[in-house]
Amino acid sequence: MADQKILAEQSGDTPYRRMLRPMEGRLLGGVAQGLASQLKLDPVVIRLMFVLLTVIHGVGAVAYAVLWMITPRQPHQGQQPQRDWSQLAAFSAIGVALLAFGWLTGASQGGIGMLPFAAGGIGALILWQQADPERRKGWVSGATLSMRKNRVRTLLGVGLVVVGATGFLAAEGELPQIRDSLLFTVVVVGGLAVIAAPWLAGLWKELQLERRERIRQEERAEVAAMVHDSVLHTLTLIQRVAHDPREVSRLARSQERELRNWLYQPAQDADATVAAAVRRIAAEEEDSHGVPIEVVCVGDIALDAAGKLAATLKAARQAMVNAAKYSGSSSISVYAEVEGEEVTIFVKDRGKGFDLEAVPLDRMGIRESIIGRMERHGGAARVRTEPGEGTEVMLTMKVEKA
Amino acid sequence: MTRVLIVDDHRLFRSGVRAELGDSIEVVGEAEDVDSAVKAIAEHQPDVVLLDVHMPGGGGQEVLRRVLGAGSQVRFLALSVSDAAEDVIGVIRGGARGYVTKNISGKELTDAIRRVADGDAVFSPRLAGFVLDAFASSEAPSIDPELDSLTQREREVLRLIARGYAYKEIAKELFISVKTVETHVSSVLRKLQLSNRHELSRWATARRLV
Repeated sequence: MADQKILAEQSGDTPYRRMLRPMEGRLLGGVAQGLASQLKLDPVVIRLMFVLLTVIHGVGAVAYAVLWMITPRQPHQGQQPQRDWSQLAAFSAIGVALLAFGWLTGASQGGIGMLPFAAGGIGALILWQQADPERRKGWVSGATLSMRKNRVRTLLGVGLVVVGATGFLAAEGELPQIRDSLLFTVVVVGGLAVIAAPWLAGLWKELQLERRERIRQEERAEVAAMVHDSVLHTLTLIQRVAHDPREVSRLARSQERELRNWLYQPAQDADATVAAAVRRIAAEEEDSHGVPIEVVCVGDIALDAAGKLAATLKAARQAMVNAAKYSGSSSISVYAEVEGEEVTIFVKDRGKGFDLEAVPLDRMGIRESIIGRMERHGGAARVRTEPGEGTEVMLTMKVEKA
Repeated sequence: MTRVLIVDDHRLFRSGVRAELGDSIEVVGEAEDVDSAVKAIAEHQPDVVLLDVHMPGGGGQEVLRRVLGAGSQVRFLALSVSDAAEDVIGVIRGGARGYVTKNISGKELTDAIRRVADGDAVFSPRLAGFVLDAFASSEAPSIDPELDSLTQREREVLRLIARGYAYKEIAKELFISVKTVETHVSSVLRKLQLSNRHELSRWATARRLV
């Protein structure tokens, strides 16, 4: 698919810009604006044209709908801008007024001569909008295929058109009553609709297919970006700092973690649940201190509004920082468990440990940032340590389930 | 001397493991895909097979199916880079007696191999976490209560493994012998392999799809 596209572009017959529907400043679907920028006209002119055509047998509305359907939306970053409802109301008012006027004077019925003109115009617009040759090819083959499949319906439609047209001519000559010509016009439009239906359906299917293909290509691009932006980048960095084993292993470890998360962890919002937050904190501290932190999570719970779990996470981070900075341990284990309404986090190292009684009162790390913080929020912290035995910090917090 | 066969499709990794294993373990052979693994196992009859999970020709699970299906008593220790629950649970359910990740140190790997050779099970902290998670979500009625749930003691042991405790430390913590710890872990492994809670597999797959 991608190769075909490149070939088509290289053959060099695409000097046209593709028509797109911009989201900014649109009134309805952005069709008029897109058309205007394509034709280098003022959007107001195009909008008036649509309104006028709508008054004549509703052609404008149909054309607008068709263009809306087949024109891709311009990619837009961020929130969708609001429509300008006042302008839309103004154009609608003009439309209603013209419609009423045409109805009263009978001009809309007399304007049947406008129909071929309008149809030709729309046809031209559609051709223009198909400026992308690959797309056009796909559409034509899809449409003719479904046309062939539905031969009966096509024949019926053509028959109806012929009957309608002759009937219309006959009426024009002999029965100039408005009612009859209106009736035949309905027949003509009906016939056209029957012919167009399978083509439009085919068109729709093609669009869906194209959309799916685009999603697949986006996924492939994401993989390529992942490999390129992070993996290749890290490998380059590793070669440059090859003399520094600590930095090499830090880079490798951080890249490994990133790839693992990407492959095996469901996409999680780190600001929403405990497990995701613990993983993120561990990753951050691992990066800044260069000590591997193994995380195991069992169960999960959403962060509470009261901030109890946020406090627990802060205490857990402090425990990881302490272990990474002071214990001298070569790795740290973090285990987070959610059982019903109780959250327990263990941070364990195999470092040198310390004498809890001997910690000076002004050392804020353990006393304030871990134990004090947990107690203030209604939880508990327990520190188990002995010189030479490593340290384990256990944090527990109970929350009301929302 | 424990006789080991290394099955992995990366040659570099095989030679790395061989170099790391040290003197107490004899590497009797290597294999790089499912077919050559099945052949080499039949030929060398090793005590322990170090088995990679992802390999051409069906992966570690296919090797397990063909070798254990033929009635062999060879013991397998799965060794993989993958952290995916379905890989871990899949290969354990397939009959492996343990699962460790490839970033394990040489000493730890040697210990794990010896433990598997002795008929015990080897659980990494992550595997213990997976098991706790899988057995915790027990809303469906169990078919066999003995197999489908963990005892309080088994849960405690698994929790300590997940917290990063070594078997010796667990024994000290729970005032039991290392042998008893090993018994508990082996019993969890048996439940993991034999329980027909279809939840277990479903849980593993679902984790990937979230």
